[in-house]
Amino acid sequence: MSPILSLRNVTKSFGALTVTDDVTFDVPQGQALGIIGPNGAGKSTLFNLITGNLSADAGRIDYDGRDVTRVPPMQRCLSGIGRSFQIPQPFDRLTVFENLLVSATHGRGLPERAVEADCAAVLDRTELIKVANRPAGGLTLLQRKRLELARAMATRPKLLLLDEIAGGLTEGECVALVDTIRAIHAEGVTIIWIEHVLHALNSVVERLLVLDFGKVIGIGEPDTIMASQEVREIYLGIEV
Amino acid sequence: MAGQTYTVSTRTAASQIAAVVALVLLVVAIALPAFASRSLIQDMFFILTMLTLAQFWNLLAGYGGLVSVGQQAFVGFGAYMLFGGAILWGVNPVAGLLLSGVFALILAIPTAFFAFRLQGAYFAIGTWVVAEVVRLSVAQWKAVGGGTGTSLPRDARDAMWGVEWIEAAFDTRSSAARDILAYWLALALAVATIGGIYWFLRTKRGLALAALRDNVDAARSVGVDSARMKWVVFLVAAFGTGIAGGLIFLQNGRISPDSAFSVIDWTAFVIFIVVIGGIGTIEGPIIGVLVFFALQTLLADFGAWYLMVLGGLGIAVMLFAPGGLWGLVSGRTGIQLFPIRRRLERRE
Repeated sequence: MSPILSLRNVTKSFGALTVTDDVTFDVPQGQALGIIGPNGAGKSTLFNLITGNLSADAGRIDYDGRDVTRVPPMQRCLSGIGRSFQIPQPFDRLTVFENLLVSATHGRGLPERAVEADCAAVLDRTELIKVANRPAGGLTLLQRKRLELARAMATRPKLLLLDEIAGGLTEGECVALVDTIRAIHAEGVTIIWIEHVLHALNSVVERLLVLDFGKVIGIGEPDTIMASQEVREIYLGIEV
Repeated sequence: MAGQTYTVSTRTAASQIAAVVALVLLVVAIALPAFASRSLIQDMFFILTMLTLAQFWNLLAGYGGLVSVGQQAFVGFGAYMLFGGAILWGVNPVAGLLLSGVFALILAIPTAFFAFRLQGAYFAIGTWVVAEVVRLSVAQWKAVGGGTGTSLPRDARDAMWGVEWIEAAFDTRSSAARDILAYWLALALAVATIGGIYWFLRTKRGLALAALRDNVDAARSVGVDSARMKWVVFLVAAFGTGIAGGLIFLQNGRISPDSAFSVIDWTAFVIFIVVIGGIGTIEGPIIGVLVFFALQTLLADFGAWYLMVLGGLGIAVMLFAPGGLWGLVSGRTGIQLFPIRRRLERRE
């Protein structure tokens, strides 16, 4: 199957520090790819390059068959790239429902009337319908994480980027969230997921990419990757 | 899920009562010159024009995140264009209000090109610098009195549309009639401003503006065009601020660079009004302007103490009630007089 996302020799530096170093990989349509690596490996930067919040110094990013390397974030969202933030960033003074309305209307370029039912459906499946009319600023951590997912889903993404969405949750909360993500993936949405909670990640993804000091040091089947000596060394001290 | 449908509404019981009360107040306000004293009309003019300035600053800073301390550029430039139009081209001052708005809008375009390159505090300082540059430039304009300023010519004042009619209808002198005219124009401007902002906030773009207010990065990542939104807000605010500026000096009858480009009068007081009342809401500036007027009246005899009390109060509100007075009320009760919150309701 043709890749929905393709990075070729993508490089990004902040001053002397190269945070994304000659990164090349493909994500086939419909696949779920996990990204792991120690703190500071450049995982979130990689997401920002894919969404356009940062622009690459060199290299090329193709999405859905066209070069998007210089395309601004707004248009990438409109063409189907949705994301959740590592630290939830709700629109605090808007209600949960309005949070979704913003992303559905602007992320898909549709009028409010056309997306209201859809937003309600997304709230239903992410179990946020009970707090739909509450200001998002007052939500619990789990609800905020769910809102990140719901708001990204409301744009009807073809490619969904999840940044440590399971981080900080209790075991039970994590299981429920993973179920929702698995269901979204089952509908054919391509997913790239950065996560430290490896058992959650490995229960969904089909392929794993390891990042260290901005470089891709391994990509392949989760079992093979987790068994490799190099990955074990990098993850030394992190529970596998 | 299936079988359940949802409806979306914004109306609340409080808002329906508020709408009726607003309508009654509006009728009273229109009829006010028939029974109010001239000084009350002048006070009301002051309140309404400050309210208009505050609503536009709130749109800029409270929603657009554009904390400008240079709005006096548009007040002053707009006002000077009204005087210039009347003195040089014989434009009727009432029609000149449109000149005020249009020229303020034109000034806003290069200002935005310059200021939008700056962020946060630098943006604030940048807008202030622009205002100073405009003030110094206008002070070189000899036809409108240079650095000392000028008065609106007598024939321009007498020619103002509607003044004769008001003189006859209310049986007053022409100076009182001009105050009444200015008051009505200020009322129309304030109502149009509040109505326009309220309408905008209820649209899809208004929702995006509220999202930008809360979180710029997140808004951009869900497809909100933040750059265009900033432009729209900045230009609209400049246009409205320019008209308000023209009107303030039309009523005043005299203009000078120092009064027209006063950062204290047209920006510091306006910021105080918005912060005290509640930034990022339509209700906030309305409450704020009433508090401001009350304080000004109470403390009028205390000279510099007046400004110190204002400053101290402003700081206290920012520290202990960042949502302002209206934030305290709506936080406790959930009341919205201008409801923009879309509520999802289940219909079995």
